[in-house]
Amino acid sequence: MDLHFGDSKPTDEERAAVDALLGPPESSWEGADRTDADLRWARGGRAARDRRDLLLPGLHAVNDRIGWISEGALGYLCRRLTVPPAEAYGVATFYAMFSVEPRPATVLHVCTDLACTAAGAAGLCAGVEKGAGPGVHVERSPCLGLCERAPAALAIRAGDPVRTAVAAPATVTAALLAATAPDSAPEEDPPALAVPQAGQEGLTLLRRVGVVDPASLDDYRANGGYTALRHAFALGPAGVIREVTDSGLVGRGGAAFPTGRKWQATASRPEQPHHLVCNADESEPGTFKDRVLMEGDPYSLVEAMTIAAYAIGAHRGHLYLRGEYPRALARMEHAVAQARARGFLGADVLGQGFAFDIEIRRGAGAYICGEETALFNSIEGYRGEPRSKPPFPVEQGLFGRPTVENNVETLVNVLPILTMGAPAYAAIGTERSTGPKLFCVSGSVDRPGVYELPFGATLGELLQLAGVRENLRAVLLGGAAGGFVRPDELGIPLTFEGTREAGTTLGSGVVMAFDDSVPLPELLLRIARFFRDESCGQCVPCRVGTVRQEEALHRIVARTGADAAGDVALLREVGRAMRDASICGLGQTAWNAVESAIDRLGAYR
Amino acid sequence: MTVTPLGIPRRLLEFTIDGEVARVPEGSTILDACRAAGKDVPTLCEGDTLRPKNACRVCVVEVEGARTLVPACSRKAEPGMVVRSGGERVRHSRRIVLELLASSVDLSTTPRVAGWLKEYEAKPDRFGPAAARLDEEPRVDNDLYVRDYGKCILCYKCVDACGDQWQNSFAISVAGRGFGARIAVEHDAPLTDSACVYCGNCVEVCPTGALSPKREFDMRAAGTWDESRQTETTTVCAYCGVGCTLTLHVQDNEIVGVTSPHDNPVTHGNLCIKGRFGYQHVQNRG
Ligand SMILES: Cc1cc2nc3c(=O)[nH]c(=O)nc-3n(C[C@H](O)[C@H](O)[C@H](O)COP(=O)(O)O)c2cc1C
Ligand code: SF4
Ligand code: SF4
Ligand code: SF4
Ligand code: FES
Ligand code: FES
Repeated sequence: MDLHFGDSKPTDEERAAVDALLGPPESSWEGADRTDADLRWARGGRAARDRRDLLLPGLHAVNDRIGWISEGALGYLCRRLTVPPAEAYGVATFYAMFSVEPRPATVLHVCTDLACTAAGAAGLCAGVEKGAGPGVHVERSPCLGLCERAPAALAIRAGDPVRTAVAAPATVTAALLAATAPDSAPEEDPPALAVPQAGQEGLTLLRRVGVVDPASLDDYRANGGYTALRHAFALGPAGVIREVTDSGLVGRGGAAFPTGRKWQATASRPEQPHHLVCNADESEPGTFKDRVLMEGDPYSLVEAMTIAAYAIGAHRGHLYLRGEYPRALARMEHAVAQARARGFLGADVLGQGFAFDIEIRRGAGAYICGEETALFNSIEGYRGEPRSKPPFPVEQGLFGRPTVENNVETLVNVLPILTMGAPAYAAIGTERSTGPKLFCVSGSVDRPGVYELPFGATLGELLQLAGVRENLRAVLLGGAAGGFVRPDELGIPLTFEGTREAGTTLGSGVVMAFDDSVPLPELLLRIARFFRDESCGQCVPCRVGTVRQEEALHRIVARTGADAAGDVALLREVGRAMRDASICGLGQTAWNAVESAIDRLGAYR
Repeated sequence: MTVTPLGIPRRLLEFTIDGEVARVPEGSTILDACRAAGKDVPTLCEGDTLRPKNACRVCVVEVEGARTLVPACSRKAEPGMVVRSGGERVRHSRRIVLELLASSVDLSTTPRVAGWLKEYEAKPDRFGPAAARLDEEPRVDNDLYVRDYGKCILCYKCVDACGDQWQNSFAISVAGRGFGARIAVEHDAPLTDSACVYCGNCVEVCPTGALSPKREFDMRAAGTWDESRQTETTTVCAYCGVGCTLTLHVQDNEIVGVTSPHDNPVTHGNLCIKGRFGYQHVQNRG
C-alpha cells in the first residue's frame, strides 16, 4: 500500500485529540517531525494497519474534541493508522453523528420520531430552531431511545472532555438550556423512573434496577451479583451451553434465534480466537430496554458477557454501544473498569484461570450498525454495511473469526438461567417462548416505560398495566420494522408464536400506543423517512426503494380511496421487491409497518 | 514458456434449475450454472475479474426453502438445491430493481440494459416526474478519464478494482449513506488531488459508462463514437518488461482506446497508465 496524504495539517488540538487515544507518533511516517532516522527506514505499515479498528474511536476522538472532522484531522488519523484517506472519508461520512463540514461545537439532537411526534415534537423543534443561537446546531433526529420521556432532546458539546445533557420530557427552554449550559442543566431522571414496576416482587431481569447503586460492584454482589458466574465455572463451558440450550432462550434482538445453538456452533469451531460481541446499538424506534438495563444494572451485563465468553471460549468481548447513549456509556465504562480492578475481568477472572476482558465501542449514529454483520464492519473500521451471508457470524464474524453476537437483554437472561436452573427458567412463559420478556411501552399511556412480564401475557394486559388512554387508534408492535395492530386485537398473546400467528411480530419488544391526535399518514411518512435515512445504500431495492416509498406516501398523505389507489398499488409492488430482494433485514422490513397500516388499519381507504 | 495452471480437479455437484438437472464443479455459483445451462440472468454488479459484491440484486433467483430471493452471482450452488431462475416472483423483483435504477440514474450507456427493461416490461416513468434522481454533472478534472456519477449505479466495482482486489491504490471509496451515497476520493476532491495513478482499471470494470476514457467521452459528446466501425488489434505493450497484452480499439484508422483481455493470466484486464492511456505516439505520423 502506497498511501497518498494531502497537504492539510491538523491543528494542535486535533493532533492532541488523536494522540490522547493513540499515544504520540513514533516517527515522521506517522506524522511526527522528521528525524534523520526516518530517512533510513520506514515504520508504520503492517503493525499500524492492524489497528484499523481504532479508526472509529479516532473519529470519535476528533469529533468529541472539535465538533467536526477537518481534512487535516482526518489526514493525521489516516497517517497514524495507515488507512487510505478515501476509505476514512467513506467511513466518516457514513455516520450521522460525524460532520466533515465545520459546525458549531454544540449539537442539539431533537427527536422527531413516533413517540415524540405524538408528544408534540413538531412544536418543540420549531421553537428550538427559532431560539437556538449561532453556537448551537439543531439536528432532527430519529428515536433517541428516551421514548418513555417523550419528547426528547440530547445536547452534545464538543470539548475536553465532551459534555452531554438530556432534556426529556423537553420544553423549548429545557432543551435550549441543555444545549447552552450542559453542565448546569438539571440531572436527567434516574433509570428506575423508566421502570414503573421497579422494586416490585417477582421481577427477574429488572429486579436490581432502582434497587442497587449502579456504580457499586459491592452493592451488585450484595444483591446476588456474580453467583451466576460461579455456577458457570462449576458447570464448565459445555455445561453452560447445555443449560442455555435447555432453557429455550432465544435472542431478544429481533431475530429470535436460539441462543444455545448459536453458542454451540461458535464453541465448536476450530478457528481461533473466538469473539463475543454484545449488541447494544439499540436504535429500533421505540426501543429503550437495553439502555435501562445498562444504566440501572450495568454489572449484570459485565457478568453475563463473562459467562458467554467462558462458554464459547472467547477471551475478548466487544460491547458495541449506541452513540446517543451517553449515560449508559459512562455507567458501562465505570462498571468494566471496576470489574477489571477487582479481578472480575482480566487475565485470571476470579482466580479460575480464565482470561477475559471487554472493550467498549461507541456507535456513531447509524441504525444499520445494529445488524449483526454491519456491526462487525463498524468495529473493524469499515463502513457499517451488512455483509452477505453465508458465511454466518458463527463461522466468520468479527475479524473473520467465529463470533457470537447477542443482544443485551438476551445476555442478561443467562444470569437467571444459571441461578435458577434451566428447567425452572423454561417453566416461565409458554412452551415455545420461555422466560421473562421486557417490553418498551410508550405513546398514549399514563405510565410509559420498560415492563417485565412472562411471555404469554396479552397485549391488552400489558397496556392495562401501563394505563392505556382513551381513544386508542392503533398499536405498533416491534418498532418501525414491526407492524400495527388494531384496538380490537388486544387479545394477541405476547409470544413469538402468538404474534406470528396473528400475522405480526414481537420484534425487539416495542409496544407503542397511538390515539387519534396524530394522523396515521403522518406516522407512516415518518417511518418511511426513517428507512430512507438509515438505508446503508448498498443494495438497489432498499437504497432506491425506500426513496420511492417515501415519495409515494408523500403524494397520498391527504388522499384516500380511488385517489390513493394507484400509489397504494405502487407501494405494494416496491414493498414486495424490497422484502424479497434486499440484502439485509433493514430493506426486507422497510415496508412492514406501512403494509400493516394499509391492510389492518385501513389507512388511505 | 506459459504455464496454464490447471488446479486440483473439482468434484461435480448436482442440483436442479427450473426442473432440469445441473452438474457444476464444487464452488460454482448459481450464476455459473445458469450460464452453463444457457439461461440469461441479468447482471450489473457482477464482474468476471472481481469477487461478487452482490449489490445490485438484478440477478436474484428463487431457491426452495429460502425466505427471500438469493443473488445468483454470489450464492454458491449446493447439492440438491432447487433453483427457479424465472417465474413471477423472480421477474417481479428484477423488474422493480430495473425500474428503480432506470428512474434514478442515466442508463443510456449501460450495455444490454435496454433489452432487459423491455424483457421485464419495466416502466421507470411510473414513479412520476418528481422522482428523485442522481443528476450529477460529469466531472472532467484530468486529461485521461471522466467521472459521470449521474450514470453510477453504485456497483462498487471501481472501488474493488482500485483497492485490494487489483490496483491497491485505494484512491476511491463509497462516501455518504443511502440514496446520498456516491463514489468519491477523500473530501470529494478532484481526482488530481487524490491517490489516483490513472491506471484506468476502474474504468475497465465500470458497467455503466459512468467512468469513461476522456477520448471516448469527447467522441460521444461530438457524436463520432461508433463501436460498429471499430476494430480490435491485439499486441504487446512496448513500455516495460512485463509485456502486458493490449487490445487496441481502432476507429477510422485511429486508436480510440486500449484494453486488455480479462482472461489474460498476467493482466486480468488491468493495465497501468502507460499501457492504457499512452498510445498517442503510435499515431505520431510526423
Ligand atoms: C437493521 C437492523 C437493525 C438491528 N438492530 C439491532 C439492535 O439495535 N440491537 C440488537 O440487539 N439487534 C439488532 N438487530 C438484530 C441483530 O442483527 C442480531 O440478530 C442480534 O443482535 C442477535 O442477537 P440475539 O440473538 O441476542 O437477538 C438488528 C437487525 C437489523 C436487520
Ligand atoms: S437492505 Fe438496505 S441497509 Fe440492508 S444492505 Fe441493502 S441498502 Fe443496506
Ligand atoms: S485510475 Fe486506477 S488508481 Fe485511479 S481511481 Fe481508477 S483504479 Fe484507482
Ligand atoms: S462508477 Fe461505475 S464502477 Fe464505479 S460504482 Fe459507479 S457504476 Fe460501478
Ligand atoms: S425518543 Fe423520540 S421516539 Fe423514541
Ligand atoms: S449481479 Fe448479482 S447482485 Fe448484482
